[in-house]
Amino acid sequence: MSEENRLRSAIEAAKGEGRPAFIAYLTAGYPTRADTVPLLLALQAGGADIVELGVPFSDPLADGTTIQRANEVALAQGVTIEECFRFAEEARTAGFRLPLIFMGYYNPVLAYGERRTAARARDSGVDGFIVVDLPPEEAGDFLGACRAYGRRFIPLAAPTTPDARIPLLASVTDAFLYCVSVTGVTGARESLPPELPEFVARVRRQTTLPLAVGFGISRREHVVRVGELADAVVVGSAILAAIDAADAEQRAARLQEYVEDVTGRRRADGDGPSRLGGTP
Amino acid sequence: MNQERVPSRFGDFGGRYIPETLVAAHEELEAAYLEAKEDPSFQQEYEELLRTYVGRPTPLYFARRLTEECGGARIWLKREDLAHTGAHKINNALGQALLAKRLGKRRIIAETGAGQHGVATATACAMLGLECVVYMGSEDVRRQSLNVFRMKMLGATVVPVESGSRTLKDAINEAMRDWVTNVRTTHYVIGSAIGPHPFPTIVRDFQSVIGREARAQMLEQAGKLPDAAVACVGGGSNAIGLFHPFLDDPVRLVGVEAAGEGLRSGKHAASLVAGRPGVLHGTKTYLLQDEWGQILPTHSISAGLDYPGVGPEHAWLKTSERAEYVAVDDRQALEGFLALTRTEGIIPALEPAHAVYWAIQLARELGPGRDILIGLSGRGDKDMHTVAEALGVTL
Repeated sequence: MSEENRLRSAIEAAKGEGRPAFIAYLTAGYPTRADTVPLLLALQAGGADIVELGVPFSDPLADGTTIQRANEVALAQGVTIEECFRFAEEARTAGFRLPLIFMGYYNPVLAYGERRTAARARDSGVDGFIVVDLPPEEAGDFLGACRAYGRRFIPLAAPTTPDARIPLLASVTDAFLYCVSVTGVTGARESLPPELPEFVARVRRQTTLPLAVGFGISRREHVVRVGELADAVVVGSAILAAIDAADAEQRAARLQEYVEDVTGRRRADGDGPSRLGGTP
Repeated sequence: MNQERVPSRFGDFGGRYIPETLVAAHEELEAAYLEAKEDPSFQQEYEELLRTYVGRPTPLYFARRLTEECGGARIWLKREDLAHTGAHKINNALGQALLAKRLGKRRIIAETGAGQHGVATATACAMLGLECVVYMGSEDVRRQSLNVFRMKMLGATVVPVESGSRTLKDAINEAMRDWVTNVRTTHYVIGSAIGPHPFPTIVRDFQSVIGREARAQMLEQAGKLPDAAVACVGGGSNAIGLFHPFLDDPVRLVGVEAAGEGLRSGKHAASLVAGRPGVLHGTKTYLLQDEWGQILPTHSISAGLDYPGVGPEHAWLKTSERAEYVAVDDRQALEGFLALTRTEGIIPALEPAHAVYWAIQLARELGPGRDILIGLSGRGDKDMHTVAEALGVTL
């Protein structure tokens, strides 16, 4: 993994500012193809540090209803992994600078070709991959492809992961470990699971990698609380909900506001952004 | 890394492609299964229930009139339709429900397409006093209302699945989501020889009773092994159960998939005949998918074959050429259905009707003096509405 570790750097830069990194998830092609690039730029403008772009799959079995529906909407428009790479290229051309991760399921990667996927990622400015149904035991070929093209593979750890397994997960990356906050599927939840501090501490005892926490996080208070435990916070379904709540022509603006709010860039009194992560 | 205790792959196929949340449960299941397999008291309890509750051994029946009608090889039927609940599904549902008890898990979830596996699981749960939740595509709930009612009578909760294509594959997705959420208290009784390791092995082992009995019965009643064994393949549990004990014998093995409205129509479920390898529901196997790896909608007149994947061991038997796989369309399956019904007074489910059709062709091809064994995986009562509709009859 010789190429620059932009994912790790982004998390460390946030840490240098005394805050957790904010990782935003967006399903590619949702709600329409034309929205993806403007929404990526809005995430950047709102203060996200890293973006996960969801590659649609017909059978997203670890996702809750919000992301399932987003996948269906994207697939109904024929969004492919190839088009996801094109979104990445267009976004880069339009000034999107954040580290970008593709998140999805294994079969579209396998169908496109594992080496081809990693090579295309390097050429289109995609830094890494989260493949929900590809545990390290099955990831040998794809890990090799990622290494060959300087891309990062991000493993997931779950509350059900035994301590003894965490070093194996950590061994396949030098970016960060993604801790799934709940025993469950993706989707916004009212409150954080009470076992979260113990789970994160348990992972922390087994690895020195930065830790991101995701699944079920939607509100500013969740972000603050998780930020006390982990190095990065992932928000997904709530971002799709913010997009859904906006009129079509207001999506990017509303999404930027949501990210400003949830990251704390915008003060609660509505006084405007206090510290922008950068404008396009 | 922990030592592999049961092979996780069949050649290049199989494996365990699952979300991290489920990894520990699969390792626990694998360990528990291995212990159970070696534990005489578990085997004794299972075998006793197969005998006294399921009604095993199921008979091997020589189909005299069907054989005469075809004028070729002798046709034998392994009568899984006579097992309790009317299909082979109970062999696996019962075995896995006993495993769940051993794991200390008292909540059972299952997926079902036509409803046969759902009914079998609900039955095993009623008998063992376990909670049972069955996921079923809302389209299938509509088509199979009688089986939905049976499951409810047995005390199960039936959850209609509204996502995706609202059929079997989406019911599996939803069962997986439930399991990801409730894995600490819940066991997922998967209904076919599909899914992540160790499920394809567990289901095959529980279903292999079909082939073991049939092999002994052939030797006893025909005085020889069959020349060919024929079974329908959706996920492929009855076929792998029939085939497995014959793998080392000089017996031709033929799996019959659903060609639906024809392979060229695109409306079929013939994953092995017309698909290519990929990963779905935790296993690497042949899939019906588009060039981008998205899973395609399927069609078959029989809901039980209406699945875009297939058990990974069948994928291996295909590529290693130990078994051959063919496809029979809806119309041909109906022909097989009517032939068996009228010559033998046995109404098969539409799933094995596919195998019956192919076996009739094969009987003619092989000619007299040869023997063909058909896995008659279930009875046809559940399909009366579908058959009536296909024949243009209003009930």
